Amino acid sequence: MKKKLFSMHVDMDDFLPASAEDKAYMVQMRPSTTFFRDGVRRLVKNKIALISFIVIVAITLAAIIIPIAWPYSYDQMLGVTAGRPVDASYNNLKPMTYGRTEQAKIDAGETVFPHLFGTDQHGRDYFIRVVYGTRISLAVGFFASIIVLIIGITVGAIAGYVGGKVDLVIMRIVDIIYSLPDMLMVILLASVLGVSRLGTLIEGTSLERIGGNIISLFIVFAILYWVSMARLIRGQILSLREQEYVLASQATGAKSGWIIRKHLIPNCISVVIISTALQIPNAIFTESYLSFLGLGVNAPMSSLGSLASDALNGISSYAYRLVIPAIVISLIVLSLNLFGDGLRDAFDPKLNA
Amino acid sequence: MNTKNLLYILKRLGLALLTVWVVITVTFFVMHAVPGGPFLSEKAISESAMRALEAKYGMDKPLFVQYLTYLKDIVTKFDFGPSLKQRGRMVIDIIGDGMRTSAKLGVISAVLALIVGVVLGAVAALRRNRIVDKIIMVITTAFVSMPSFIMGALLLILFVIKLRLLPGNGAAAGGLVLPIITLSLYPMAYITRLTRSSMLDVLGQDYIRTARAKGVAKGKIIFGHAMKNSLIPVITYFGPMLAYIVTGSIVVEQIFAVPGIGRAFVSSIINRDYPMIMGTTIVLAALIVVMNLVSDVLYKVVDPRIKLD
Repeated sequence: MKKKLFSMHVDMDDFLPASAEDKAYMVQMRPSTTFFRDGVRRLVKNKIALISFIVIVAITLAAIIIPIAWPYSYDQMLGVTAGRPVDASYNNLKPMTYGRTEQAKIDAGETVFPHLFGTDQHGRDYFIRVVYGTRISLAVGFFASIIVLIIGITVGAIAGYVGGKVDLVIMRIVDIIYSLPDMLMVILLASVLGVSRLGTLIEGTSLERIGGNIISLFIVFAILYWVSMARLIRGQILSLREQEYVLASQATGAKSGWIIRKHLIPNCISVVIISTALQIPNAIFTESYLSFLGLGVNAPMSSLGSLASDALNGISSYAYRLVIPAIVISLIVLSLNLFGDGLRDAFDPKLNA
Repeated sequence: MNTKNLLYILKRLGLALLTVWVVITVTFFVMHAVPGGPFLSEKAISESAMRALEAKYGMDKPLFVQYLTYLKDIVTKFDFGPSLKQRGRMVIDIIGDGMRTSAKLGVISAVLALIVGVVLGAVAALRRNRIVDKIIMVITTAFVSMPSFIMGALLLILFVIKLRLLPGNGAAAGGLVLPIITLSLYPMAYITRLTRSSMLDVLGQDYIRTARAKGVAKGKIIFGHAMKNSLIPVITYFGPMLAYIVTGSIVVEQIFAVPGIGRAFVSSIINRDYPMIMGTTIVLAALIVVMNLVSDVLYKVVDPRIKLD
């Protein structure tokens, strides 16, 4: 549209619909970030947490994959062949050495898979036993935390939502369980549940291999360790319900389903994730402690605690057999703790204020 | 002490008593839920001998009557019954014997952890983000990630087997040195971190700035103002620390062959000496509950700002 010079006419071009280019120019440059993405960004920036995470993933993958490919198994006594006397040269091998028949094979030009960490007093490949021990420890830590998570959330949410008498009763029970000395109760329950009917109950199932003691450990966790999670969830729900933004949401006509989905759950979830992450090393600690006392996994299955405990017998000549599981367990617990701390720093909104 | 404080203490005392009662009850019924009973592990004994044994230990009565008797004996006479495996000895005597060694071990470890932990924590806080602080934090982070039995075994390898400096037997002269170090390292690391963070918190407070502005000497600020206030959170750790030392000493005494209550406990688990397991669990649990009570009450009494619930 041509415009006359000095005319006071409105420039009609200004009222044309915006082109795609113009629109693109107006669009917000940075996509809005969600709470989760924001947390992940902070987490990735935290080098210590990132390294810990990589260590955990590496150890977990190794514990899952290595047993598939490894030529030895955790309970195979290498010196024992059916119909022949036990070949004692396989027992207590030093790292990277071989038994008599294996040495003969090597001399004949064959290749024999090395025993990276040697063998134990029964001639079992020690490396694979450490890997299986790691597997058990990680699995116990993970599943125990899941159990604690489920029970804790359910009970805590009920106490927080329902309130009143239900809340009072639940919280008194929580108070009592909370003040029980947990480790002593764990030892007591593990020592009793281990010999009780549980053993016959799981006979023949896949659970039998890890043994009644570990199952009883899960039971103990389910009974004792949910209380702090329940307390946490209840506290969160009680305080969140009173927040101004929840009130504002209610005032603008939000239904309770919306409030739960948009306000309560996202604000609870970070706390839940953090305390679950910190619960895992705790469970691993407990398992190794019990295994060390002989209340953990059933032989011949290994766990890091039972390996350390077994190694005590030959400690003066085979100190490395104790050092190896010690390093693995400390590494796992340390990186889980550091990663949990990193998670807390990244995802706890109250700390960012 | 006002009535509110008193009410709080009474409430906590009630909870503590309730907890101890729950421990006794759970322990009793869990132990009696074991199938077969305590005499089954012995060599095959005749029916009549079994009857006689059961009558002797009062096991022919209904379970609930046994429970009431057990409870009554504990409350009135502090009596946990006779040991099943160490014939002729009462459980409480065995516990008392072990306690003498274990108490020494535990108290020295706790005091050591407290002193070294507070000093290291204060140093780390005052030298924040300097190299000393970083070294202290790295070491303490490593220590809190190491289970006590691993720590004990590693110290055993280093000092007893490799260096041959100390005896590995807890009953020998100087034999308690390694168990004490083992037990104190974790609480020490924990107290260091606790002191550091609370000291940093206190050092950022206004009254510290005021004191500095007034020209108060640096030593007086650190010891008079900062240290005193930053130690309050450490009080809350007394209870958990005792719980840690008790459970830790169970394995540490095993590793270093210390003739204490922990070792007696483990051997009673292995031998399935039920009255002994029950007695030890109850005594140790009561100890921990009382210590938790004391540290909680002390915490609220020392710091009047803390609201009582």
